[in-house]
Formats: sequence, C-alpha cells, structure tokens
Amino acid sequence: MRDPATPTAETPTSAERDELRRQGILLTSIEEIYNWGRSRSVWPLQFGLACCAIEMIAASMARFDIARFGSEVFRPSPRQADLLIVSGTVTKKMAPQVVRLWNQMPEPKFCFAMGACAISGGPFKQGYNVLKGIDRYIPVDIYIPGCPPRPEALLHALMQLQEKIRGQRLTGPSAPPHLQAGAACDCPVPAFGGHDLEPPKNPALWQPPVLVRKEGA
Amino acid sequence: MSFSLPSPLESAPGARVRAVRDPFHGDLLEVSMGPHHPSTHGVFRMNVTLDGETVVKLKPVFGYLHRNHEKIGENASYLGSMPYTDRLDYLCSMTNNWAYALAVERLSGQTVPERAEYLRVILAELTRLLNHTCFAGFILQDCGASGTPLMYAFREREKILDLFESLSGSRMMCNFQRFGGCRADATPEWLEAARALVDGYGEFEELLTGNEILMARTQGVGRLPAKLAVGAGITGPMLRASGVGYDLRKVDGYGVYPRLDFRVPVGADGDTYDRYMVRVLEMRESIKILRQALGTLPGGPVMDPKARLRGFRAKPGEVYSRIEGPKGEIGFFLISDGGPNPYRYRVRPPSFINLTVLEDLCLGHSIADTVVILGSIDIVLGEVDR
Amino acid sequence: METPDQIRDRLLARFPGASVAVVANPGPAAQHSLLLGSGEARAMAEFLRDSPGLRLDFCSNVTGVDWLDREVTDVASKTIPDPAGGPPKLVEQRTKRLQPGYLEVVYHLYSVELRHGPVVLRLRTGNRSDRVAVPSLTPVWRSCEFQEREVFDLFGVVFDGHPDLRRILMWDEFKDHPMRKDYVEPDDYEWEPTPHADVLAKARRHYPAAAPAAKEEPAP
Repeated sequence: MRDPATPTAETPTSAERDELRRQGILLTSIEEIYNWGRSRSVWPLQFGLACCAIEMIAASMARFDIARFGSEVFRPSPRQADLLIVSGTVTKKMAPQVVRLWNQMPEPKFCFAMGACAISGGPFKQGYNVLKGIDRYIPVDIYIPGCPPRPEALLHALMQLQEKIRGQRLTGPSAPPHLQAGAACDCPVPAFGGHDLEPPKNPALWQPPVLVRKEGA
Repeated sequence: MSFSLPSPLESAPGARVRAVRDPFHGDLLEVSMGPHHPSTHGVFRMNVTLDGETVVKLKPVFGYLHRNHEKIGENASYLGSMPYTDRLDYLCSMTNNWAYALAVERLSGQTVPERAEYLRVILAELTRLLNHTCFAGFILQDCGASGTPLMYAFREREKILDLFESLSGSRMMCNFQRFGGCRADATPEWLEAARALVDGYGEFEELLTGNEILMARTQGVGRLPAKLAVGAGITGPMLRASGVGYDLRKVDGYGVYPRLDFRVPVGADGDTYDRYMVRVLEMRESIKILRQALGTLPGGPVMDPKARLRGFRAKPGEVYSRIEGPKGEIGFFLISDGGPNPYRYRVRPPSFINLTVLEDLCLGHSIADTVVILGSIDIVLGEVDR
Repeated sequence: METPDQIRDRLLARFPGASVAVVANPGPAAQHSLLLGSGEARAMAEFLRDSPGLRLDFCSNVTGVDWLDREVTDVASKTIPDPAGGPPKLVEQRTKRLQPGYLEVVYHLYSVELRHGPVVLRLRTGNRSDRVAVPSLTPVWRSCEFQEREVFDLFGVVFDGHPDLRRILMWDEFKDHPMRKDYVEPDDYEWEPTPHADVLAKARRHYPAAAPAAKEEPAP
C-alpha cells in the first residue's frame, strides 16, 4: 500500500484534495477515516477521584463543553469507555481498583493523568497512603499538570490525544495494540501488603530516574 | 447458609423491613457499591446487603482518598498547611481556609481587622451558595435527572468561581485566608460584580422546588430523628432538617455574624426532602447576609499590621475552634509546642461524622433510595478521608 | 457554663475516689481539659451527658495524640540559711526525669440543649506498647464510633466496648499505625526537583554523591 505521507507524482496533493472535496468528491485513505472517526468519539469513563474530578465535571458542563469534542457521554461502565481520566490523588488503597478498571476497559484505550497527584503524587507526595503517580502501574498517554488543571487544560489534552490518534498507523510495527495480534493487555494488579502495596511499582512500565548527585549538593 | 438481620441499630421510624425467613425469598445479595460508582460522590464504598431491592445491612468503607493530611500538617509549618485545607472539602475552599485561620488566630491570640471579617463572611456565604447549588445539582443527578440540573448548577457555580478567581487567583483552591486577615483586598469593581451576582441569583432552584418527581423520590425517605442526630454528632443542614436549630453562626457567633440579620431554617420531618429544602432556604438566607455584608463593608486594611507570617510560631497550648461550613461543623484541633510546626493537627470533618447514621437511614429502603439518601447527606470525600 | 474546676468537683462528688484532674492549657485559648482515669471514664461520661446542669449531649471531636518519651524538668526551690549570717538564699534544684510516652485521646463535648461548651476530656493509655487500651465512649455518644475507629487505625489505641473496632482508613492487612511519631514510611523515594529539609535527607540517602568530576544529569 502506498504511503500517503510521501507524495509522488500519482498521489493527489492536499490542495487537489480540497478542490475535489468542494466538488463533492472525498478522497482519503482507510487509515485517515478510521482514525478520524476514532479520535472524534473518545468516550471517557466516569471516574473522578478527588478535586480534579470537579474540574473534569466542569469541563463536561455547559461553559467548557467537552461534548463538542465527541466526549458527549461519560460512561459509568469501563466496558464501554475508551478513556480513563485519572483525576485526583490515587491512594494506595485505591490503586488496585484503578488497575482493575484499566484492565476491564477494552482496547483501544487511553489514559490521562490529570493533575499533579495523578502524575507524581502531587502535594500529597510525602504520604504513607499516596501512590506517587498512577504511571507506576498503568501506561499513561498524556499528563496534564495543574492543581487542579483548568478545564481548558483538559480540553487541550483531549485535543492532543486526538492528534495522537490521528497520527497512528494501522499497519506495521507501530500499529496500536488492539490491531496487534498477541499484544498484552492486562496490567498486573497490586495486592495489599503489610506496609505497602506489593509490588510497589510495575517494573515493566516505570523505573525511578537514574541520577548522579553532584558532590556537596 | 443462613442470614439474620443486624441487631444493635434500630430502624429509623417509617422504614419498612420485611422478614427474611420467607420461602419465596432466597439468599441475601451483598453488593459493593463503589469505590468506582457514578453516584457515590467520589471514591466511597458501601457494602450493601440486599433482600431483593431492600437494604438489610449497609457498611461503609472509607479510606480510598486518605491522603494523610494530618501527618502532612505535622511536618509542614502553620502557613504551609493552608493550601492543604483547600483540598479538604474541595468545593468549599474559602470556608476551610477560614476555619483553619480562625483556629490559629485563637491559638496565638491574634486579632483580625474588621474589613477582613466582613470579607470573610462574604466569601463564606458565596461558598455556601456555591455548595448548596452543587448539592441540588448532584442530588437531582442521583435521582436520575441525568445531567440537566447539574448543568444549571454548574452554570451558577461558574459565576461564583469567576469572582473567586479574580480575587484569589484560583477557581477552586483559593488559599486566601491568612492568620490575621485575608491575603488581598477586594476592589470596588469586584464588590460591584458580587452585588450584581447576588441580585441575579435564584432562578435555578425555582425550577426544582415544586417538582413532583423530586418530592415523590425524597419525601419520607431516610428520616433522621433529632435525638439520634444529636447523639451521632450530626451537624449542618442535616441536623437542622431534623428539627434541631443549632447553627454555629448563631450559637458561637464568630466573625461578624452577630451583627447581621438572618434566620436559620429548621426542618420538621428530617427526611431527604427536608434536607433539600433546608439547603434551599439557607441559600435564600445567604443572599440576605450577602446583601447586608456587601452594603456595610467598612474600609481599612484586610491584614493585621502586627501579624507575622514568615517564621510564625504559636505559643505552647492547644485550641479547638469550629465554624459553620456549608456541610456542617468544620473544626480544627491544634496542639502547639512552641515550634514552627504544630505538634498535632487535627481536622474535624463534618462529612465523615455525618455518615455515622448512613446505615440507620438506609435500612428498609430500596437500593435506589440509598443513592438519594447518600446524596442528601452531601459528602465530599476529600473531607471524609482527609 | 461551669469551669473545669467546678466540673471536676461535681465528678468527684458523684464518683468519690475516681481519678479526675484538670490539665491546664497554656496559651491564649485557655481551653482547659479534664483528665479522666480509665476505670470510671464511661460512667463519668454518662453523668456528663445526663446531668441537668451540663447536658453535654454532643461529642464534636475525638482526637488521638502520640506523646513520645519526654525529658521533663522538675523545679524544686528551697531556702538555705546563709552560713555567714545574712538573709537565707533561695536555691532552685532542677531534676530531670524521663516521662514515659503514652497515647492520648481527647474528646471535645458541647451541649446542643443548653448551648454551651466545649468541655474537653482526656483519656491516657498506660504506655505506647502493650497497655494501649482505654474504655470506648461510643455507647455514650454515637459520634465517637467512626472517630474512635480512626484513632485505633492510625494510633493503635484499643477501645474496650466499641461495637465494631476495626481499621477504617487504611486497608485491613496494613500492620502499622501511621500517625505515630516513630512511624517509618516505606522507602519508595524518587527524584524531585527541589528537595528540602527532611526530604533532602531522603534524597541524599537514595542518591549517594558521585566523585567530584561527575555531573548531575536527570534521566529523560
């Protein structure tokens, strides 16, 4: 199949395509139309943990209106959702449930870490019950900084996700997981230990940064 | 397998509990509602044992948002804990800030200028309006009106958030009160905008108050007797809906509330409809308070000139201080050992203690009523689990 | 409203021989408290709730406090006659002793009926290790139910007579009592841009300094 990204003499340019579209003829590839449809109908899961959840609800309300981006319905069931917006602090008590929800979501699925707490533990980082970032257990696509991020920041993240989806290639090694045969889809669920979660992180997904400290610092 | 009804708690009057030893009814069903649930107002879990659709036992499970706020309070300075108080009841950050600032001021014997007291009252009543509006939106969402009342509620909320943002810099996490006053002064334009908002408020709840479906879903549901409410430490609109006229703005008379004229709405039956109506009436009283406070706001500084924020140390001692937040009595218990950090920092969370009677209210009702009763208690998990 | 001294006298009149003491609260707030002995604490609490002058029917707040072993200085002053015949001298003798640590539970009571309060009660455990039981006041005030469970969960105080004493905020398999002053968190430190104070000590432990020629490079 010819790669539409590299134009040849036979491939129509985008100016030509616009001209054709104005005449009522749509010239596209299956990949573009498939990704266009997918990116314009991302349905998030109704999943709010803490304060960022209120800004997420505000993003779905009339002023900021996430519905115009296609996320009209926030599904209560993970089986019907595409996007997990982890909005708020993930505590160690809640972390196994978050991973279970992630596992129950069917592919293709995406994850936002909304707010400082979901990215790295946030202001509550020094805590015995706070998970220092949800990316310790599940893969995160987009990180939204803020405490809480404004609803516009969530919309910006959704637009970034749409760009990411539109740029996905359907064939080849970089195809999304739901089009790859045999791709692993379940993340291991941590168990409650006597002092901490076991394991404290998923080593396949997250490793602590390797640093060398300057002498005297 | 054999099951029996739970013994030590009496059912609330008006609840209907069917006998379980009936050949047609089989085993009881235990359902875990939450921690991920569209209607539990956050990560709250209820282990509900059902006989058909009737609740026979309900055990709440907490801790899914336990962010060790109190331990952080011991390790942070007094002022360093102020942004964390925003995140307790994250809908009502201004009142949390005030409760904490009041506690530290009582601990260290500081005074607050008069303009700051009026400004605190204005912000607290705006927060009460915001909270009760969101409450109405959420409880109707729980009743099944999927989304529309919540849209109206959030539209009103956005107007108040615009005011908060222009005054404190942030929509939700305002971090506005300081020990000895407020962080910034309100400009005349801001006061004008606040007056315009207060005059234009109120269309939202007119649409709901006489609604037949709301009345059918909430009247007679979840009756809370007054004696049980007082013994269980219930505070706020939930206590007043049960007929106990205990409002800290009148009882303790903190701030400049003794100078303002307002009434305290008290319910008659203690059911969910009364809890809803008490909050609606409180919104009207808040508008009255706001008109008075905005009209009589004096000039002067908003911060005590002698107040010292950097390097603040309180003398050794302890204090428990409380205010009437929108959800109930929010109190702070601080023990100081003379250092820059408190020795013990404790938050008295109204939502957590109001949940003491959740099982009593839900016994004998159907599972759909459980959601409405939980909505009428008006909890915020940041406060329940801290 | 009666002062703590008057309440103590009333309690001693009703329960002669009970252990009741007033703990003074320094500082401007002046909320003095009553330290009750564990033996008759529940009966005294019921008396406070039902007595006509007090009617403390509303328990607002239950707090746990962890006091570690502390060095306390006792000051004893005595007069010594001057051997040279002058006026007697006042000499202060300071003795340091180790006061063993204990866990404390503080109750704040109000009266909704009579609109007064707060009355502050304190219950202390024997020590922090094996004698950690105090009587539960949940049968007296229902609002203590969840709050005493929280003190049990986070501090380890066992409340005798509590209807349902189990962990409330941490998961059931958790073993420690995190709000104690000597609790050590699990070590899962990771890099952060501006470590300071005790976080800086953690950072230094985790990332030992390299030889002087090495540079600091955060991983991407």
